[in-house]
Amino acid sequence: MPLFWEPEWDPFREFEQLRRRIDRIFQEELGLRPWWTGVYPPVNISEDDEHVYVRAELPGVKPEDLEIHLQDRSLILRGERKAPSAEKGVNYHRRERESGFFRRVVTLPRPVDPDKVEARCQDGILTITLAKPEEVKPRKIAVKSA
Amino acid sequence: MTEKELTPKVKAEAPAKGERVRPGRVFLPAVDIYETPEALILMADMPGVSGDRVTLDLKDSLLIIQGETAPPLGPGETMVSQEYYTGDYYREFQLGELIDKNRIEATMHDGVLTLVLPKAERARPRKIEVKAG
Repeated sequence: MPLFWEPEWDPFREFEQLRRRIDRIFQEELGLRPWWTGVYPPVNISEDDEHVYVRAELPGVKPEDLEIHLQDRSLILRGERKAPSAEKGVNYHRRERESGFFRRVVTLPRPVDPDKVEARCQDGILTITLAKPEEVKPRKIAVKSA
Repeated sequence: MTEKELTPKVKAEAPAKGERVRPGRVFLPAVDIYETPEALILMADMPGVSGDRVTLDLKDSLLIIQGETAPPLGPGETMVSQEYYTGDYYREFQLGELIDKNRIEATMHDGVLTLVLPKAERARPRKIEVKAG
């Protein structure tokens, strides 16, 4: 008798999934498609007036296993995702989570202030906050009346 | 042991299940399930889900794992380039009768959910002695 199993294949559900996948392809072709670099980890880059944010999903990675360098406009992320090592001699039913090392260069969309960089790991998401230097921050220009 | 380099993967989306209350995408978390003599251990990657946003539902023998994530961007932020999508997590498993459903333990750490599903007493392995003939 099995200890667990995943619910059975449901053709209707499969249909629904296919429909959603097709919808998504159309949506993504219309400019929302992420560009794919083939390098781990995938990163999302966003910004506001003051900062540039680089985020990556790194579940289970400890801050001490991460190394981050900034060289001009290149952000270098290196690290290792470790498999639970204490569990030797166990037998696997499923193995979908991957382990290994990674090294990636991310080119920042804007110049940043190298002295104002902060990295934080929370709930498996790495967020690197980089401050924009004064000269690239947007300035509000007051319009004078004639 | 040889070191392996990680390659990126697109997160698998969970099959649609009725109408959802929360908008957005739903992904199937990647899981490891392994067996020790005493228990079945399930580890699920759910980055962005904090301990208080995980829901574990056990109805009869159907175990439903759900995790909600916070919005991917802070207020006033705009996306410049996007390589991965964010959303909630959902996956279900049927538990066999040999799992002691009253003693399931769950912990959430660094975006990884760990479930310890103890085996019922009668499901623990017994070593069988081989006698010399």
